[in-house]
Order: sequence, then C-alpha cells, then structure tokens
Amino acid sequence: MEPVMNIDGLSTEFFTEEGTVRAVDNVSFKIGRGETVCIVGESGCGKSVTAMSVMGLVEEPGGRVTGGRIGFQGEDLLRLDKNSLRSIRGHEIAMIFQEPMSSLNPVMKIGEQIMEPLSVHLKMNKKQARSRAIELITQVGISRPEQIMGSYPHELSGGMLQRIMIAIAVSCSPKLLIADEPTTALDVTIQAQILDLLRGLKEDSGMSILLITHDLGVVAEMADYVIVMYSGQIVEEGGVVELFQNPQHPYTRGLLKSKPVMGQRLEELYSIPGQVPSPLALTPSCYFHDRCGHCMPVCRTRQPLLKETGNGQKVSCWLYEEAELYV
Amino acid sequence: MATDIRVKEIEGIRPGLRKSSLMRQSLRRLMHNKLAVAGFAVVVLMFVLCFIGPFFSPYTDNKINMAFMNKPPSLKHWLGTDALGRDILTRVMQAGRISLTVGLASMLLSVFLGSLLGAIAGYYGGLLDQIIMRIADLLMTIPGLPLLFIFGALLSEWKIPTDYRMYIVMLMLSIVNWPGLARMVRGQMLSLREREFMQAAVVLGLRDRRKLLHHLLPNIVPLLIVMATLNIGGAILSESVLSFFGLGVMPPTPTWGNMIDAANNILDFQNRPWLWIPPGLSIFATVIAINIFGDGLRDVLDPKQKR
Repeated sequence: MEPVMNIDGLSTEFFTEEGTVRAVDNVSFKIGRGETVCIVGESGCGKSVTAMSVMGLVEEPGGRVTGGRIGFQGEDLLRLDKNSLRSIRGHEIAMIFQEPMSSLNPVMKIGEQIMEPLSVHLKMNKKQARSRAIELITQVGISRPEQIMGSYPHELSGGMLQRIMIAIAVSCSPKLLIADEPTTALDVTIQAQILDLLRGLKEDSGMSILLITHDLGVVAEMADYVIVMYSGQIVEEGGVVELFQNPQHPYTRGLLKSKPVMGQRLEELYSIPGQVPSPLALTPSCYFHDRCGHCMPVCRTRQPLLKETGNGQKVSCWLYEEAELYV
Repeated sequence: MATDIRVKEIEGIRPGLRKSSLMRQSLRRLMHNKLAVAGFAVVVLMFVLCFIGPFFSPYTDNKINMAFMNKPPSLKHWLGTDALGRDILTRVMQAGRISLTVGLASMLLSVFLGSLLGAIAGYYGGLLDQIIMRIADLLMTIPGLPLLFIFGALLSEWKIPTDYRMYIVMLMLSIVNWPGLARMVRGQMLSLREREFMQAAVVLGLRDRRKLLHHLLPNIVPLLIVMATLNIGGAILSESVLSFFGLGVMPPTPTWGNMIDAANNILDFQNRPWLWIPPGLSIFATVIAINIFGDGLRDVLDPKQKR
C-alpha cells in the first residue's frame, strides 16, 4: 500500500549566533495509511522540529529546511508554492500542539475557531459550518456543545481545550494528523482520555497519525511504528512490539530501562548518564558514544549508518556492524 | 469507542462565567470606576449640548446684530454677545460641533491609518516594515506643532476655501498622529505573531488577510480603544491651538480655538471675559473628561499597562 507520507533525507538547520545548528539530520521515514507513527526521544533531539519541518513552520531567517523531500500525495511539500501549501494545511494535514491553553486565539469564541477551517477549506456556509461544529464538539466528547460554541478559551479547562483543538484538527477529515506532544501539558487522567479520543477518531476515519512524544507509555499505547531519535538523527526504528521486546540501540535500551515498572521496587530509577551533546560541537562519531556503556573506539571516530537488522527493525549502532568492520 | 469517551466527560465550565462576554465583563469593571464614569458623562453631555443644543437656541451662530454688541451675560443672552452682536452660547455650541467632529474624525482616520500600517509592518516585516516605519520615523522626528503650523500656513497661502479647511485640518492632524499609533500596533503585532495560536492559524492554512484581520487585530482592540480615546483629546487640543493661531478652521466658522482668539485682544481679555472663558472652559472640561475616561478604560481593558 502506498504510504500517506514519505519523508526522505529531511534536514533542518537553525542559524544561531554561535553557528549553524543541524536540528534534524537526514531523517527518512514513511507513514502508512491509517498507521500511527511515534517519534520518541529526549528534549532537544529534534522530534518537534521534524514535525514543524513537515508543516512548513520552520521559517527564515530563524532556520531552514536544507534538504530532503516530503512526499505527500505525489508531491513534495518542500517545493509547493504558498497557495497549494495553504490548501493542504488544515485540510489534508492537520496539527495539534502541546499547549492547548495558548494554541487557541484568546479573543475568539470557540465556535468561530472551529467553524473557520470548515468555511475556508470545505467552503461551508455559516449554517452548515455551525451544525458541523456542534457535531464535532459532541464527537470529541464534550457535552453542551451549543454553550461551548459561545465561550472563550479562558473559560474552559486544558483538557477541554485540547479536545477542541482535536475537533478543529479533524474537522476537515485530514489524511494525516500531526500531534506534537498532545498530552504533555495535561494531567494524567486527562492524558488517557485524550489518547483514547485520538485512537477512536483514527479508527473511525482511517487517518494516519504522526505522534511526537517523550513518553514511552504513550508510545506503547498508541504506536504501530516507533522511531527513536537522538541528536537529530534516527537511531532506531521498528514495529512497536518488536522494539519494546527487543530494543537494540543502547539508547533505546536506556530509555526503556529508565521507565518505572509496575510492582517492581527499586532503590533508584535508572537514568542514562550524561546529557544530550551540544548540537554545535558535533564531530563525526556516534553522537551517543560518551553516554554509552558499550562505547568502542570506532564509535568516537565514525558515524554508524541506519541498517536493517531483521524483524523489520533498523538501528544505527556499531555493535551491530561488527562483522562488516573487521572485513 | 467514541461513545464511552462521551460518558467519561467529567469537566464542566464554571456557571458564573457562562453568559458574560469579554466586553460585558469589561463594562462591569468600568462601572466601578467612578471617576471614569464621571468623565464619560461629561463627554456625553458635551456632545449632547453641542449637537442638540443649537436647535433650542433662538439665535444662529453667524447672525450679526449690531444692536447687541459686546453685551455681558443677561437673561436674553446667557453668555453675552461678541463684538458683532452674535450670541456666545450659540456660538460655543456650534464651535463644539466643529471641534468635536474634527477630534473624532481625525482620531478615526489616524487609528485606521496607524493600525493598518502598523499591523502590516509588524506582520510582514522586511522591506515593507522598513518603508512604513522609516516614514513614521520621519514624521516623528519633526515636532508636531511646527509641522502643523507649516501645513496651516500653506493652506492659507493656497487660499483653500474656509468650508474645506475643516476637512483638511482633520487630515493634517491624522498625518501627525498616525506614526505613534503605528509604532504601538507594530510592537504588539511583533509579539502576537510569534504566539502559539498564530502558529496554529498557519497550520490551519488560513490566508494572510484572514490571519491579520480575524486573528491579530481583535487581540489589540483594547489597546486601540484606549489609544483612540486619548487621541480625541489630543486632536481637539491641536485643532484649538491651530485655530487660535488662525491656521486651522477660519472664522466666521466658529471653533473653540478661534473663539479663544478673543483673548488676544487686551481690551477683550480684561473687560469681556465672557468672550473667551466659555470656549476655554469647554476645551478644558472636554479634554480632561476624555483623558480621565481614557485612563479608566486603560485600567479596565489593558491591566498590564497600569502605572
């Protein structure tokens, strides 16, 4: 089956006073129809920037997508003109953000904000848009939709606002929904509800989801396919079951190990030592080498490539390329 | 799946906030500010007096009656008459019409120009921003009053008919006033445009015009209202100054400014205070009331800017 989105060799750079920072470095992946792909990683590993690049939110003079291709419906999003891009955004590809409180316009009524994409993209008139908006509010699990339509964002709670954001995002039945840490700003019970909601909507409509998160619990719950990023690169990817059962990259192992296990008592929870390296001071090496328990001399001098290791998993680590090394 | 989510819905909105729109909340807070309410009342009173008052007057503003020259206030002429026997009260009310209209109209024009140009400059940035803001800077580097004097002198030089001068004075005042507003609006735009909800608007695939007019401008409406209010007072003052120096609206059309001109004459100044005190007091009362009201509005609409 043809994937909904095919990202190939995406690189994004930001221009800072200290120099150019490559936030996303040669990232390639596909999102299949109806599939949920999760990108996980620590803060600053480039997962949000990947999503922003896809949406065309990286703008000069701050930064620039420097290379690659984002294939969507046979076209390259990076080379589309402004108008075609605008008709795709919000219509075919929608996005929800981390902070529902600040993602809605504070001086516009909720109703207007839901009706806006309906009238812009689907050319609905006021009446149609209104009834569809009420339908959408009900669909995302909020009662008294009429009343909500007339309220302002500050009158609703974070959880409700995130539901509204989701309603706006799915209003035009997008093929792909990008969710950038949609539950991070919410408390745990609401998190579960929002994830349930996203999953339900996905099953009903068959859209694909690109979910950005740092929470492995969310990954386990939502993902079909997982991409682990570190320092702007993909270090490991694979099906969710395979990856959780057989993590190969030391970083993935570390991440899984640092997750508390229900019913297990520990003195101290494991954490990966060290910090993400500064993106300004990267040398050709495995970027994880100074935090890695399996670091070998080669790790410090050459960068491993993403290689298939069977099971549909790919990993970029010298541990799995030994054979090749000594040839 | 979708149905049991609906059952899980446990949050509700607070009932107390239910039916009050933002405007109504602000209005309620404004009503608590006694001084601002009083200011507003004075402004309304001024408007009513000036626009409806003349209909009840037995005199017209330009009717010359030599039999009643320079009469002090009496029952017949409540505020006396001037050197041409014209009724001062009627003239003050007529003058108020002109002064208030000039103030209001030039405010509307400068708010329109200022917010539009400021919004465009702030939103698009780049070359457009440079061009607009350098023009604004240019206008701001020249002190406002001399600039107005030059304009006024030019008008007299070109012999513009008196009837048109009122409109040209409005235009002049707007040209002097928009740069300050544009700067303020531009600053607001620069910060608003980086807010997350604007990123959400980009992601929704909205047009620039829609983003500007529907998403950004409503966010600065409180600021605009406050600036606009304070601007009226300033415009009335500037118009009065110009007219006082004979560079604004020309007699016989009365304005508060050219009526105070009577104080220029030492005889009138010393012996006939009824000629210049009423228009002077009108300017004073109106401008002070507008400023007090504007301050109150600012406290209500823009709590961050409290002194």
